[in-house]
Amino acid sequence: MRRLLIWLPLALFLGFFALFASGLFKPDDRVITSKLIGQALPAFTLPAAASDRPALASTQLADGKPRLLNIFASWCIPCAAEAPQLMALKLAGVEIDAIAIRDARLDVDAFLARNGNPYSRIGLDARSGVQIALGSSGVPETFVIDGKGRIAYQHIGDIRADDVPMLLQRLKDAQ
Amino acid sequence: MRALISLLLLMLAAPVHAQTALPPAPFADRQLDDAALERKAKALMETIRCLTCQSQSIADSNASMAGDMRSEIRERIRAGEEPEHIRRWLIERYGDWVSYEPTAAPILWPLWAAPIVLLALGLLLMRGRIKRRPRA
Repeated sequence: MRRLLIWLPLALFLGFFALFASGLFKPDDRVITSKLIGQALPAFTLPAAASDRPALASTQLADGKPRLLNIFASWCIPCAAEAPQLMALKLAGVEIDAIAIRDARLDVDAFLARNGNPYSRIGLDARSGVQIALGSSGVPETFVIDGKGRIAYQHIGDIRADDVPMLLQRLKDAQ
Repeated sequence: MRALISLLLLMLAAPVHAQTALPPAPFADRQLDDAALERKAKALMETIRCLTCQSQSIADSNASMAGDMRSEIRERIRAGEEPEHIRRWLIERYGDWVSYEPTAAPILWPLWAAPIVLLALGLLLMRGRIKRRPRA
């Protein structure tokens, strides 16, 4: 017993060493997903964020047709980077509504003039209240909403070109 | 000389805020008038984790989203909502991750048991030593 006990500190050391070493090499995952996936959208009514697009309410997102709900902001650079992919989705017949976070109408107008406007409706969430209610932790994020107004999927970060077919598939699955 | 002047001018330049041009939400950096309610709000804010600066509480963080969350919490507490209710509401959205307050979830049982186990181990060790000591 005593002889075995002598090895205990070394075994503990090796155990901790392995733990810390694996922590060093494991990719850092800081993405916080929404826990509302599979549940109904929280109820909200937002004023219009852009001059030429109507306002957005949660009830409008449950009209039987699956769609994308894009969380963006005019001050967010990755949001400009994903604009061409959103446009491609729009051209593929996808209905895209959006929520602009901490934004102002003139800034949103300028952003849309610069990057194109794939959105049907844009709501203005000036104080991130709806963003928090959605369990979203940053911009850009894109939610797939099924026809009944439930959150089917959450895409965190900008949409890359190779995410487009995946999102189209998710929309199809949400039918 | 020119380099020195431009260096001095640089010191006067306003830092660029990368996040947003909008002013902070009304109660992001303003305390509630009622001191008791403010204490309640502050205690909750110190145990809610910031989503942008993930090692800080929203009470410590300067991220705009943390400011919005502080304002949301203060306004809800002013409207009479209980802090634990707000915490549950946030956990429903972001998971246990968002709260610094330890819970009694099964995954934490070993953590809660650790002090008792260590104390018992210490007592056991002590008993062995005392027994073995020869009488003087």
